[in-house]
Amino acid sequence: MKQSRFWPWLIFALGSLYFLLPLIATFQFSLSIRRDTLSWDAYLNVFQAPAFQQTFSYSLVVGFAAVVVGVLIVVPAAYFVRLRAPQLRPVIEFVTLLPLIIPPIILVFGYIRMYNSSSLIPLTNSTIGTDVLLTLAYVALAMPYMYRAVDTGLRTIDVQTLTEAANILGANTATILLRIILPNITVAVLSGAFLTLAIVVGEFTIASLLNRPAFGVYMQNVGANRAYEPAALAVISFVITWAAMGMIQLLARFAPRTAARS
Amino acid sequence: MRWGDYIGVAPFLVFAILFLIVPTAFLMASAFVDREGGFTLDNIANLNTPQILSSFWISIRVSVASAAIGALVGLIFALAVIRGRLPQAVRSTVLTFSGVASQFAGIPLAFAFIATLGRLGLITWLFKTYLDLDIYRAGFNLLSFWGLTITYCYFQIPLMILIIAPAIDGLKKEWSEAAATLGATPVQFWRYVGLPVLWPNLLGTLSLLFANAFGAIATAYALTGSSLNIVPILLYAQIRGDVLNDPGLGAALALGMVVIAALANVVYLVIRTRAERWLK
Repeated sequence: MKQSRFWPWLIFALGSLYFLLPLIATFQFSLSIRRDTLSWDAYLNVFQAPAFQQTFSYSLVVGFAAVVVGVLIVVPAAYFVRLRAPQLRPVIEFVTLLPLIIPPIILVFGYIRMYNSSSLIPLTNSTIGTDVLLTLAYVALAMPYMYRAVDTGLRTIDVQTLTEAANILGANTATILLRIILPNITVAVLSGAFLTLAIVVGEFTIASLLNRPAFGVYMQNVGANRAYEPAALAVISFVITWAAMGMIQLLARFAPRTAARS
Repeated sequence: MRWGDYIGVAPFLVFAILFLIVPTAFLMASAFVDREGGFTLDNIANLNTPQILSSFWISIRVSVASAAIGALVGLIFALAVIRGRLPQAVRSTVLTFSGVASQFAGIPLAFAFIATLGRLGLITWLFKTYLDLDIYRAGFNLLSFWGLTITYCYFQIPLMILIIAPAIDGLKKEWSEAAATLGATPVQFWRYVGLPVLWPNLLGTLSLLFANAFGAIATAYALTGSSLNIVPILLYAQIRGDVLNDPGLGAALALGMVVIAALANVVYLVIRTRAERWLK
């Protein structure tokens, strides 16, 4: 049956228009800070602002911390569920879906109520405590993606055989996790890490309500006070998101495979 | 089953209890507590004000509209790209781009749409210059229901494409060939085979998209400040202490949001388990 390709191409063209026009418009707008001429001045203004450098590096640090904590929590859980406690799988999977059900604004509202200065664990009392709380909130936010990535990674390697082999050679569980499992799922973990960073670096709601100087809060501030710099920030954010997602695609090519014998 | 087996899962469970479940449950519970610490339904009853009701109504409408449009457009787009025999490169580009665009939400998305459809935006300018049409005078406003819906579609459509693509791949080529052999037209194939198989997935994704839009705040906040009265923005202002100034009411507002978001997701989870039968 001969099928016309006219309609698919037309739909593709229209869709591309919707998705590319805002990007083109934003880019064009970001270059128009000077009258009648294109310039990179908006970008220069952004990059040279101390607040940009401070908030961006702050968000990166919190993002990395969230990745580390996330990996430490998720990898052992996914490993044990896969190998020894499969009956816990429904519970764990439900929990990893919770952050998709609970909107971030509810999560942070709950934190503020529960960890405020008059509670048992007054995390919001100190700067460092609030930073910890923000990090943990980001761990929660990225949990569905991190767990999915790690679980997919574990599926592609033969966890059972690797564990037994390591056991015979005298390795304990910590050694197995750290020196056998983790190196074998590096690619999956890194995918989860980049996705976490893509989600977390521009995050606004939680950081703003916890009063932390994060990149998202800074962007909102610039948006309220400037005209062209926000467009430059949008382009920069898009490039960052694209880079993070591009890394995931790139990494996927290096994934090791030692799938279980069937 | 040894206790040692639980140790690896313990950090995860402790984290989930302390930083997901208990804070949310605590917040939900405080919706039923009055200032003196006793049980009350007053907070819930206090939701019944014109401002709060209309904020829920606008939120639900924006979420439904952006979810429905996102799902429909995303489905058509995914079908065209995957089953329209477009080159493989187009398909992988679209999927990669969808991955990026579905995460491109929040503050920067608002900026992008201000530069596109704002009063000084490129499209606004193009219409004015070449078609002599001032879309703002014609009644369009980016800071309105439709403005917000169009903006939300920028992450809803890609999300739909990402979720529905595996389901469309699951429509086996043999099915359409078998249908064609039996004399079915393409319309009949989609009416009796294609859509019924995709249907649970579609409905499920719809509820996921709904919840996605319903909880979103950053885009709307950067777009409209606090001028657009949607639930998350009202709650944001409430947490900030700007308005209402009633802790119980804030919790009740949060409870309302969670109930609506959870309902949508329960629909999704139930339907997804039914849908997976066909995707093996």
